[in-house]
Amino acid sequence: MKFGVVRFPGSCDEVDAVLACEQQGEAEILWHGDRDLKGADVVVVPGGFSYGDYLRVGAIAQFSPVMDAVAEFARAGGPVLGICNGFQVLCEAGLLPGALLPNVELRFVCRQVDVEVANADTPFTRQCAEGDVLSIPVKHTTGRYYAPETTLAEIEERGQVVLRYAEDYNPNGSANGIAGVCNAERNVMGLMPHPEHAVDPLTGSADGACLFASLAAHAAEPAAA
Amino acid sequence: MSDPAATAAADLRGEARALGLTDSEYDLICDKLGRTPNGLELAVFSLMWSEHCAYKHSKRLLGRLPTEGPHLLMGPGENAGAVDVGDGLAIAFKVESHNHPSAVEPFQGAATGVGGIMRDIFAVGARPIAVLDSLRFGELDSARSRYLLDGAVAGIGHYGNSIGVPTVGGEVYFEGPYEQNCLVNAMCLGIAPKERLIRSAAAGLGNHLVLMGARTGRDGIGGASVLASAELGDDDADKRPTVQIGDPFEEKKVMEACLELLDRELLASLQDLGAAGLSSSSSEMASKGEVGLDIDVSKVPLREEDMEPFEIMVSESQERMLAVVEPEQLAAVEKVCERWEVRCTVIGEVTDTRRMRIFDGDEQVGDMPVEALVDDCPLYDLEPEEPAEQIYPAPKRTLDELIATTGDDRASAADDPAAILLALLASSNLASRRPLFEQYDALVQSRTVRRPEAADAAVLQLVHDTGGSTAIAISIDGNGRRVACDPYWGTVEAVLECASNLACVGAEPLGLTNCLNFGNPEKPHVAWQLSRSVEGMADALNQLGVPVVGGNVSLYNQSGDGPIYPTPVVGMVGSIPDAKRTAGIGFAEEGHVVAMCGTPQPSLAGSELAKLRGEPLPTSLAPVDIAAVKRAQDAVRDAVRAGDLASAHDMAEGGVLVAIAESCLAGGIGATLDFFGGDDATYAELEPYLFGEAVGGFIVSGPRDAIDRLAERVPTDVFGSVGGDRLELPVGDRRLSVSLDELRMAHSALAGAFS
Repeated sequence: MKFGVVRFPGSCDEVDAVLACEQQGEAEILWHGDRDLKGADVVVVPGGFSYGDYLRVGAIAQFSPVMDAVAEFARAGGPVLGICNGFQVLCEAGLLPGALLPNVELRFVCRQVDVEVANADTPFTRQCAEGDVLSIPVKHTTGRYYAPETTLAEIEERGQVVLRYAEDYNPNGSANGIAGVCNAERNVMGLMPHPEHAVDPLTGSADGACLFASLAAHAAEPAAA
Repeated sequence: MSDPAATAAADLRGEARALGLTDSEYDLICDKLGRTPNGLELAVFSLMWSEHCAYKHSKRLLGRLPTEGPHLLMGPGENAGAVDVGDGLAIAFKVESHNHPSAVEPFQGAATGVGGIMRDIFAVGARPIAVLDSLRFGELDSARSRYLLDGAVAGIGHYGNSIGVPTVGGEVYFEGPYEQNCLVNAMCLGIAPKERLIRSAAAGLGNHLVLMGARTGRDGIGGASVLASAELGDDDADKRPTVQIGDPFEEKKVMEACLELLDRELLASLQDLGAAGLSSSSSEMASKGEVGLDIDVSKVPLREEDMEPFEIMVSESQERMLAVVEPEQLAAVEKVCERWEVRCTVIGEVTDTRRMRIFDGDEQVGDMPVEALVDDCPLYDLEPEEPAEQIYPAPKRTLDELIATTGDDRASAADDPAAILLALLASSNLASRRPLFEQYDALVQSRTVRRPEAADAAVLQLVHDTGGSTAIAISIDGNGRRVACDPYWGTVEAVLECASNLACVGAEPLGLTNCLNFGNPEKPHVAWQLSRSVEGMADALNQLGVPVVGGNVSLYNQSGDGPIYPTPVVGMVGSIPDAKRTAGIGFAEEGHVVAMCGTPQPSLAGSELAKLRGEPLPTSLAPVDIAAVKRAQDAVRDAVRAGDLASAHDMAEGGVLVAIAESCLAGGIGATLDFFGGDDATYAELEPYLFGEAVGGFIVSGPRDAIDRLAERVPTDVFGSVGGDRLELPVGDRRLSVSLDELRMAHSALAGAFS
């Protein structure tokens, strides 16, 4: 199977994402100016600062040619994972509910946190078990998940909250401790923690690998999800 | 075409003085030109002959430092030095100051400091893989210091985080003499295949001179001469326009474009635009290539209209690079730049005139011999004179306050070792740096094996670069107060401490970069500090066998209150054969023994505890047996590489108990020590051993047999064991016992400065 990893001019973690994906399958960079997804089974929108993000984070990226193609891919049911800036971009593009606001402490925070798998019945977490605690780093200034109360209630009820910060680990003041959400169809997910930085015990943790493994399994056998 | 000689004013001596040139320097410029300079030429000369660009007070002194070694690939003189780390790979690295801009505007000053040092790294063809920083501010109880700290840390994070280069380490100290003149030094490392390292010499007659990146504006005009080469004064608000504004997104694109251009071998040479902008970058390229350059300023893309030719030549607008491109490669270069949305403009060409000729369209507006600009600046000998007494005031006593905030019922116990240990851990120079380094992305690029505070040096694996097991380690060190006590031995200590930090993670030093932050070198006592410090650095490096690969000198760091503490900052890069075998500082396992390896001679003179007590600075430090320290480093390094040690931590500020407490905190486990057990000595007699400072001591832990093997090589005292959730030891007839929670609470004192 093949992962496609989007590269905007201001992407920072795309190489890390490629390395994480390559543990599970093939991976190829998708250039922001092209609409060609190169036959990817899964698209990853990585972390970074897409187009500088001097405006609201992720606000410009939704208009790029590659995101046009990604949105089409997502609407057709293709799995799309947005990490950090990718999460922000997917929210801006309307592919995920809610928005990311500046952290409560208004500072960039780089920290290893524990997150709990709140829903293991998604293409992104099918190789985890509900309640699993994963040690994964966060690093962002704008990661406080927000959605209007009715939306929050809705996504909670529909099981769209995929990952939640463990108690005392919420680094940014996210509503309901939400670290990752998916859409109602469960084929698009965004999360603030960086699973691509948690695929090697030598660099701190390998707990993030299960997300990429889940996606590879899903690509091989979608029905089992 | 007009003749610049005709436009030259009769005499610009007054203007020359205002630009920082002496009368005799002005006369020499007239002599080199064979006429008086015009305004543009004078502006260019004043920058090229500034301390910042010409090192006129430090060049002779720097010649004493060793610059050759078996691993050296590129030494001083290039944009950055480089060492060979094996597997066909080079690591380029350099540390540079951005002190005065940061003192005037901390966020942009620090951000552009990081941006500038990164350009130095990719200018030699290396991809930046890590940033470290070394910061100095006034005491934390000053509102100005907290403002500068907050701004500088946010600025460093803003630039490094946005560009995708991890900030993996650093250091910060708070001392009164930095109150007005803070220090912001940034170090960057890059990686490249050895054969891709590129030098900056311009070559090839008729080749294009291509300016890449941001447009040129009025920001940063005169930064090198006005800001970096003069003392700070009361009217620094006026200097704010001389501070540059950083745009990390632009730099990211410029960096990617340059690296791709070098990969595809489309550039003949490359140079970054830093201090003195186009003037300095172009004349240095011409000088190294022994060629001339014609530049047409009317071709330079501008940020604002109606800029004067001299403004274009001296602007320090950020995120710009200058390349020499063969005419037949130009189209390919333009294509790569277009893909990365990077501006690229031909602004001139390489000539055989050995002159810098500046044109504004058809009009020639400047004509200067390259040699005069780059090589003919007069060099000055320092006139050092050792001051009769310590020139720095005693620090303010803060111990009682600290004890009151960290202790509970120990408030009156200024001679209670537990109370003093907690006070030291909570003091601004020793408290955990977590609130700072959490603002930096330490992880991007997937190399970071040892994160900040986990080990004495940052460790980066190279598996994704080489496919092999090797790693590199980096540390940056410098303790200005110790150097203020004794410029020679204080600097020796800084170099040794840096090498000790590398030894603790199993790394062997390959090269060193330095940033010499001092006051006004024209003052005899500052000249003495600078001379003695460089002598100490040279002696220590010669004995360690480590070369200097490059660096930076930052002088005139003083305000009306006097000079800063003399602050040589050193950064070392070392190699590790196996990334899996690097020790952290944290104790790991119940039952492991704790030992001190090495023979440090601790003394309270010039220590952190002496500072907290408000004691005057001494005028000398105890000499160090450099060879003995090196033997201990070699032994610890080998033990770590053999996988023998569970932890290794060099004893530094605060002394042995602080080091042990840090190992307890990092490992989340306690220790019981017996090294002063059964002694009938009084606390006062024991205090120098508990809290005194010296280089060359290592707190190690591991299985008994591993420590015994270490003891066969170098003196090693086993004095306790790992376990429990308290740090306990007898001190004379008393017993020191503090819980991990108490230690943790004290150590996290800095969080308050960011709340």
